[in-house]
Amino acid sequence: MKAAVLTFPGSNCDDDLLWAVKDIAGADAELVSAKSESLEGFDLVLVPGGFSYGDYLRSGAIAKFAPIMTALKNFADNGGYVLGICNGFQILTEAGLLPGALQWNTSLEFICEPEPLKVVNNRTAFSNQYAQNQAITLPIAHGEGNYYADADTLSEIEANNQVVFRYADNPNGSLNDIAGLTNKAGNVLGMMPHPERAVEALLGGTDGLGVFQSLIAATKGAAHAAN
Amino acid sequence: MLQTELTPEQIRDQKPYLQLGLTEAEYNLFAERLGRLPNYTEMGLQSGMWSEHCSYKYSKPILKTFWTKNDRVLMGPGEGAGVIRIGEGKAVVFKAESHNHPSAVEPYEGAATGIGGIIRDIFSIGAKPVASLDALAFGDEFDAHNKNLIDQVVAGIGGYGNAIGIPTVAGEVQFDPGYQKNPLVNAMTVGVMDEKDIQKGKAAGVGNAIIYVGAKTGRDGINGASFASAEFSDAEDADRSAVQVGDPFMEKLLTDACLEVTHDHKDALVGIQDMGAAGLVSSSAEMASKAGYGMTMDLDLIPQREPGMTPFEIMLSESQERMLLCIRAGHEQEILDLFKGYDLDAVVCGRVEDGHQYRLLHHGEVVCDIPVSLLTDDVPTYTTVPEKPERLKNPAPDFEPVIEDLAATYKQLLAMPNIASKRSLYRRYDAQVQTNTVIAPGGDAGVIRVRDTHKALAMTADSNGRLLALDPEIGGAITVAEAARNLVATGAEPLGITDCLNYGDPSKPEVYYELQQSAKGIVAATKKFNTPVISGNVSLYNETDHHGIHPTPMIGMVGLIEDLTAITTVDFKQAGDIVYLAGNTGDDYNGSSLQYLQTGAYAGRLTGFDLEAEKQTQDLVLTLIREHLVNAAHDLSDGGLAAAIVEMGAKRELGLIADTTLTTTQLFSETQGRFLLTVKPEDQAAFEAIAKDQAVQLGVVSTGDFDLKLADGELNTQMSQLTTIYSEALACALK
Repeated sequence: MKAAVLTFPGSNCDDDLLWAVKDIAGADAELVSAKSESLEGFDLVLVPGGFSYGDYLRSGAIAKFAPIMTALKNFADNGGYVLGICNGFQILTEAGLLPGALQWNTSLEFICEPEPLKVVNNRTAFSNQYAQNQAITLPIAHGEGNYYADADTLSEIEANNQVVFRYADNPNGSLNDIAGLTNKAGNVLGMMPHPERAVEALLGGTDGLGVFQSLIAATKGAAHAAN
Repeated sequence: MLQTELTPEQIRDQKPYLQLGLTEAEYNLFAERLGRLPNYTEMGLQSGMWSEHCSYKYSKPILKTFWTKNDRVLMGPGEGAGVIRIGEGKAVVFKAESHNHPSAVEPYEGAATGIGGIIRDIFSIGAKPVASLDALAFGDEFDAHNKNLIDQVVAGIGGYGNAIGIPTVAGEVQFDPGYQKNPLVNAMTVGVMDEKDIQKGKAAGVGNAIIYVGAKTGRDGINGASFASAEFSDAEDADRSAVQVGDPFMEKLLTDACLEVTHDHKDALVGIQDMGAAGLVSSSAEMASKAGYGMTMDLDLIPQREPGMTPFEIMLSESQERMLLCIRAGHEQEILDLFKGYDLDAVVCGRVEDGHQYRLLHHGEVVCDIPVSLLTDDVPTYTTVPEKPERLKNPAPDFEPVIEDLAATYKQLLAMPNIASKRSLYRRYDAQVQTNTVIAPGGDAGVIRVRDTHKALAMTADSNGRLLALDPEIGGAITVAEAARNLVATGAEPLGITDCLNYGDPSKPEVYYELQQSAKGIVAATKKFNTPVISGNVSLYNETDHHGIHPTPMIGMVGLIEDLTAITTVDFKQAGDIVYLAGNTGDDYNGSSLQYLQTGAYAGRLTGFDLEAEKQTQDLVLTLIREHLVNAAHDLSDGGLAAAIVEMGAKRELGLIADTTLTTTQLFSETQGRFLLTVKPEDQAAFEAIAKDQAVQLGVVSTGDFDLKLADGELNTQMSQLTTIYSEALACALK
């Protein structure tokens, strides 16, 4: 299994994500510039947090036009696993790979806090190493993490069990306490909390490691199926 | 701002330099050394470079008294930032800078560009910025103006630091009437690098290229250095044109690109410096001066944001996110290509010359031709005859508090803005990006792990203006001691300090006295703690309508933790742990939070500080932590023991059952040099064998009860009742 960690100008969690998936979780991974146009040879794409292109105009609004995005859409359409964290989540909604949008937090302030969550669907490629309804704590660090979707979209999301993580104590006004959700096919996940910041006990906890271990398990399975 | 170019004779006669902060004597001295009348551009360059902000003309004699060198210091004051060896081939780089004046006028951008500027100082040395800190001081009257000021300063620091991806891991916020009209916004950044990669800001070697990179030069922040070196007046409206606008996205690209140059293109790089105060002129003149060369630059080549900018404006603009590099001749294209890969504008705009002349061309004409030393080394220094302020000659009698209702007083203390939790402010800063943060804001110091080593760095930013107002010398020493105490509480050995000297108008004998005396205290304490001053900044003229701030040296200190398993945090860990108080408690209430609570002022002489005893206690605590005998540690400062207990209990709402010979008022005494420690029961014997009588048992951590038996009273409550007040008071007050 080989993971690509995308780097947009202004990404600032790319190195952290590479560290988590490669040095801690033990997967093969490398940084891929958003100026690149190919994702050939990768089994997993990680879209990191940060402020891509300064988040000018609107978070993720400029990043969706980056050269890599066409390859990313094709990768996702072909069933490849894509994980977007924080700004990565915002980019994926802007690019239409995930439903809904991220608005300003209701407090209108950036919030950096450890946040209790519940894993409400452990039957996904991103959460299979957690127990169903497991309580975990992951850090959040965002100004625009308030998940919104119109009523029809929201009921479709719920009907399809697309929500994977919910806030236990909603910090930002997200509808249905949504902290992370997949697309309908289940191969693309966006989440505002940062699992890559919770992979070492020294730094306060390892509750995020399960996300990367889930993906490693899922992609191993996929490789088997292809053989 | 003057827009028309006066002739040299008109300048002499009309004296426009007075508005730019120069005195007539300074103008005359410049003209005399030049041997002719300066033209408009030259006069402008003088005003920027001779400002206090760039020249340190008042503070230099005082800064010279600082202790700046020990065997660990690799680079002391004089460069962008100082560097200290931490072992395993690594070094730590840090510096602090004030952005008080810009933040008072335009709080968001003022604070944001303060962070931006200090980050450039760090990566210009070749270090990756790994953490930032902020030290803020505001008035304590929360009117609409002040609330907005606080909100926007915090938003600006977060807006810049969060976007660029450098965690803000520690800092302080103080509220005091002394800062109502002159807020303090001090920012500090810490970087880590390989010792072998240290860069200097120098432009040497005839024919080598001067390369400008980064944002285009605009009309923002023109002559900000002079602006920062003048007093405010209520009568004059805010001078917004002198405040810069920041772009953290640009700076992220600039950081990454410049670090690539310093690491991977050593053959090409001669020197690198950021364009901070007084922009292009200060960076270029300092680089030439330090190397002992001359320089010629063609201003038509400087990327400009708007047409029609004059040489004065181009040279003194403080547009952000710009760097100046000196690149060996022949390597220009390699460096220009590198920057292009980051989508950054870079141009060759000048060359290093033989001799010592500093020449500028504009539209084919020579608009400046002066010896470079006239802008740097030749600036006169001033000393004022110091005079002890009246208030210090006759201090108020010692404050003798009376506490009638302990529970009520305790709760009032916890609700004081200076005591209450600052979480509602620091939660707006990303404290964890880069995934090295071991201790985030809320502890005694921030701690980050150093990648590729077994070490961690602890860092803190402290100031105590209210104490210096009572005794600048003792207050200065206390500030250093408290910073060291903060580091020691996490298990770190203090390494060195950076400072921002925030004072009033230094030409006033009383202000000069404060500067001089506080420096004396700082020097004594830095020697005691083996923490040389490796960098710093001076912010004088913090006055509005002739009222100065408290003398406020901000001390930023960095310490080293050699063992990642011996890092200690402030919070009580488990019921049953034994609580000890290290250091003696006296009756020290002058300048205390209790005094302010009961009288509305800080007054009296400063008591309760013993440098030698403080050092001994700190050494003891460090030894105990390194022996893994301490489960939680917290230094005692504002609000004394009373505040410290609740700060330790807050996170898990664990309480304390204690029986002590201390009196009710001593609970609030602010004797320096004390720590509160918790020890696991199984470690008690080993702990006491080392601590002996230097730490006294106070009680035991409880599941939630807070029962305190004092010599003359008692308190029986639940910790949760107190932590609620502690946690929510400030957020409520600022709503």
